[in-house]
Amino acid sequence: MLAFTVRRLGQFLATLIAASLVVFLALEVLPGDAAQILLGVEATEETLAALRRQLGLDEPAMSRYVAWIAGLATGELGTSHIYGTPIAEMLGDRLAISLPLAALAFAISTAIALPLGVFAATRRGRLGDWLVIGFAQIGLAAPNFWFGVLLILIFAVTLGWFASGGFPGWEAGFWPALQALLLPALALALSEAAILARVVRSAMLETLGEDYIRTARAKGLSGRRVLFGHALRNAMIPVATILGLQFAFLVMGAVIVENVFYLPGVGRLLLQAIFQRDLVVVRDLVLLLSGFVILVNLLVDLAYGAIDPRPRPAA
Amino acid sequence: MMNRPGALLAAALCAAVPLVGGLAATDAAAQAKTSVVIGMTLEPPHLDPTAGAAAAIDEVVYANLFEGLTRIDESGAVRPALAESWEISEDGTTYRFTLREGVTFHDGASFEAEDVVFSLERIRAEGTENAQKDLYAAIESVEAEDARTVVVELSQPQGDLLWRLGWGDAVIVDPASAETNKTDPVGTGPFAFDGRVQGDLIRLTRFEDYWGEPAALERATFRFIPDAAAQVAALLAGDIDAFPNIGAPETVARFEADPRFEVAVGTTEGETILSMNHRRAPWNDVRVRRAIQHAIDRRALIDLAMIGFGTPIGSHFAPHHPAYIDLTDTAPYDPEKARELLAAAGVETPIKAVIKLPPPTYARRGGEVLAAQLKAVGIELELVPVEWGQWLAEVFRDPWDFDFTIVSHTEPLDIGIYARADYYFGYDDPDFQAHIAELEVEAEPERRQELLVEAQEMIADSQVNGFLFQLAKVGVQAAGLEGLWRNAPIQANDLTAVRWE
Amino acid sequence: MRPLLRPPTRARLARGRRHPSFAIGGALTILMLGAAALAAVWTPHPIDGVDPLARLAAPSLAHPLGADHFGRDVLSLILAGAQTSVTVGLIAVGLGLGVGAPLGLAAAMRRGRPLDAAIGRTTDLIFAFPAVLTAVLIAAVYGPGAINAIVAIGIFNIAVFARVARGAAIGVAARPFVAAAAAIGRTRAQIAVIHVAPNIAGVLIVQATIQFAVAILAEAGLSYLGLGVQPPQPSWGKMLADAQTYMFSHPLQAVFPGLAIMLAVLGLNLFGDGLRDALDPRLKTLRLG
Repeated sequence: MLAFTVRRLGQFLATLIAASLVVFLALEVLPGDAAQILLGVEATEETLAALRRQLGLDEPAMSRYVAWIAGLATGELGTSHIYGTPIAEMLGDRLAISLPLAALAFAISTAIALPLGVFAATRRGRLGDWLVIGFAQIGLAAPNFWFGVLLILIFAVTLGWFASGGFPGWEAGFWPALQALLLPALALALSEAAILARVVRSAMLETLGEDYIRTARAKGLSGRRVLFGHALRNAMIPVATILGLQFAFLVMGAVIVENVFYLPGVGRLLLQAIFQRDLVVVRDLVLLLSGFVILVNLLVDLAYGAIDPRPRPAA
Repeated sequence: MMNRPGALLAAALCAAVPLVGGLAATDAAAQAKTSVVIGMTLEPPHLDPTAGAAAAIDEVVYANLFEGLTRIDESGAVRPALAESWEISEDGTTYRFTLREGVTFHDGASFEAEDVVFSLERIRAEGTENAQKDLYAAIESVEAEDARTVVVELSQPQGDLLWRLGWGDAVIVDPASAETNKTDPVGTGPFAFDGRVQGDLIRLTRFEDYWGEPAALERATFRFIPDAAAQVAALLAGDIDAFPNIGAPETVARFEADPRFEVAVGTTEGETILSMNHRRAPWNDVRVRRAIQHAIDRRALIDLAMIGFGTPIGSHFAPHHPAYIDLTDTAPYDPEKARELLAAAGVETPIKAVIKLPPPTYARRGGEVLAAQLKAVGIELELVPVEWGQWLAEVFRDPWDFDFTIVSHTEPLDIGIYARADYYFGYDDPDFQAHIAELEVEAEPERRQELLVEAQEMIADSQVNGFLFQLAKVGVQAAGLEGLWRNAPIQANDLTAVRWE
Repeated sequence: MRPLLRPPTRARLARGRRHPSFAIGGALTILMLGAAALAAVWTPHPIDGVDPLARLAAPSLAHPLGADHFGRDVLSLILAGAQTSVTVGLIAVGLGLGVGAPLGLAAAMRRGRPLDAAIGRTTDLIFAFPAVLTAVLIAAVYGPGAINAIVAIGIFNIAVFARVARGAAIGVAARPFVAAAAAIGRTRAQIAVIHVAPNIAGVLIVQATIQFAVAILAEAGLSYLGLGVQPPQPSWGKMLADAQTYMFSHPLQAVFPGLAIMLAVLGLNLFGDGLRDALDPRLKTLRLG
């Protein structure tokens, strides 16, 4: 177990470093003079030179890379050229929207998928099962941004229950802020719930078919106790794995859904940065998001090793 | 088991409904208020109008925070501001301004003649950041005769100097705070700066020591919302009281029938044109340019891209200007004629071209419509969306890498750009340059009028660019909000007369 | 030489055809491919013209699904959008299948060796960049465009197919007939091509249908954000983005493009599920995103 953990941590660091190199090199080949693009028409030669110095464009690539990584390690993320504010500061504000959004979507999808999956497994082959399978297929196929648009059409435009986008800010109070996150979270949650419901269903079917469940039934335990006491607990191993993997994709989905609902989160920041060529922001955000995916994969692997007592198949 | 998530959801929705009601109620209460929230699409990079061309700066600070010697009002007329009155010498080269008394800056410093000298000298100083320094190139010297009198000497007469001094680029600043105006602006206007949240809003409060009639509003907030649908959402939610320039015209449909809102449509100084790169063949051929104009159905373009808001133009001139003449018939929509002209010019169709489109709706949507219209005569456009920074770097300045672009030229009375051979579309015509030089020094109104009419005809005859439409100002505001400008003779959100009914 | 163990494919496929998801999915998939093929030669109305008179027209005989904000026929745009989606999907999946699957196979044949480790680490790295992030990086450098979407989705697919092919090939390589082939002197390359590859074809085909669906979703998402296909090239994602500001006055505009995406993806997913059930329900495919 220890050896596995150490090896996995080593892989984690290696992947992280490789990812940072990919991001750095990709933006390194940018055509044109970044300073010129940033300053535009009004720039004088002097201000251009000053910005190049500030961007470190006059230094060799290697030392710029090291400076960037060293900055990241100490929480010094650099400054956005468009807003002239420290990225760390902006990121804090944006994460205060994106993380609660992802967490809310995660909670909603789990709250929908667990009961649906268990229900379908207990009704195998019957109408209820088919309805859940059908729901899952629809949920998998409907793009979250379209589902978001439909939610706006129904709940904002037609019924007027919710605002059709935007974020009042947490300073407007907990409930108004949460209310602004509810529809986007629902849009995000649908496809996650669909994937999860399928996994829960098949994991339950698998455990329900195993010997100890039959034994438990034979010993006269009630259906409910067998279901929740044994089957569900054992089915949680694959479910937890998928939950972990999907959380990373939830954050990616949030990039799109934030743009549907105009939530000023990390995803919107990323898109704005792209379109305005705020490259320092792009560089930091892309690495942050991919680093997050790598981290989640590591945690899932480690948790998997901890939960599942069976020997691990070699990777 | 099944109904638990359903119940949860239902509970969440029920909880949300009274919340919405609550929000609406506070809004209703706030209607009898002395504050306003104005929405804007673009955020100003900083707040010093004398150090940047971004229109968004003036849209926040003009007339509210900063004032010049003169100011431009809603009708486009010049009015006294920090200069109470003025005298002009016979030959039109000496201006003697009498300054207003009892004016103080927001930080308590008093306004004096030396501030005027400093501000105007600063525009012309070496290494100035002023984006419009060419406008003030005729100024030779600025001197303070006494504490209340400033004399400006010109190298040559300039017919519209007073109007030029009314621009945001010529506002009067205090030497002590001039360097920090970008982040902490200090002016003489009826509102003082009260803080900014980057990427979100800028707050102003009423300046109690203002020299003139105090503003009716105690507080004003500018909020920046780039997305068209989010703008609608913010207006509907009551987060924003007015959006003087809405991002996408089609969204006003939502407000037209709603008694809580008023849709305000006015004019702007924005001549929206299909700029052509005269440095590239075949666009340097007047027959080809005329063919393109013949291929454009302006009415359809305005209907499809701007849902009907906008006035067709046939030259580079605003229809509401007294000297305007309608030249839209110079090359009316006639695809057959267009194909003939292209053939006559020896252009092999289909010919491919690149059109670079900056972010506003008029450009992105307009580009799609023009692509369809030009394809019908054999010109195939590749649509390349660009952001403003890129547009400035690639299109507006060397290397002028474009065939076409669509842009609205929002500076007032800017037909003079066609006399600048180094301007981005690269039109180089000595006759027109001489014509504009004559206009520059002409002060006599009737003769100026004649010259302006001729100038319009000259660039229409040469079909320098594709002339599309005058951009409309389409705004939405809460019912009961009065005093916002309906037209935009300059880019500003003048709040001095804004009040709630 | 045929592989020694060969699944009775014909019989399984026959059973699969009776599977409802196989039939529905197949029908939807054929509909989508047919629409794409049709749009290549004919659409009810031209999609590169504008028509002020038909602007935002409601569904009618002339325009069964109405017209968009430029007066273009929505049905024609949806057919042409299918062409875009199918093209992007085919190239992106082809890239994954053509590059990723051989890499995965090679890794499996060299299991535990440096090549295997190198391929494994590279796929790990690619998995750290979901298509959205890759597309963002490419767009930052080269600006938005259809190529972005194809490359971004394609790169991700390479990793997916490499991993799936490797896993499946390791399973096949453990079977007795592979050892037998080695015993009669076949080279590693021969074994890979003759014995292993045909036996992992099933899982790759199923994975390909899944990835096709994922690619269509990703392309639509990127084009919706403005990072993918650019006008005048029609795209379902771009149609949805355009519809959003008209939503307040013409809600129907936002319905049809989304429905098209959903039906296309649903069809491929169902088809893939049916195929899997027919071939072998225990096939280890990957579902990410």
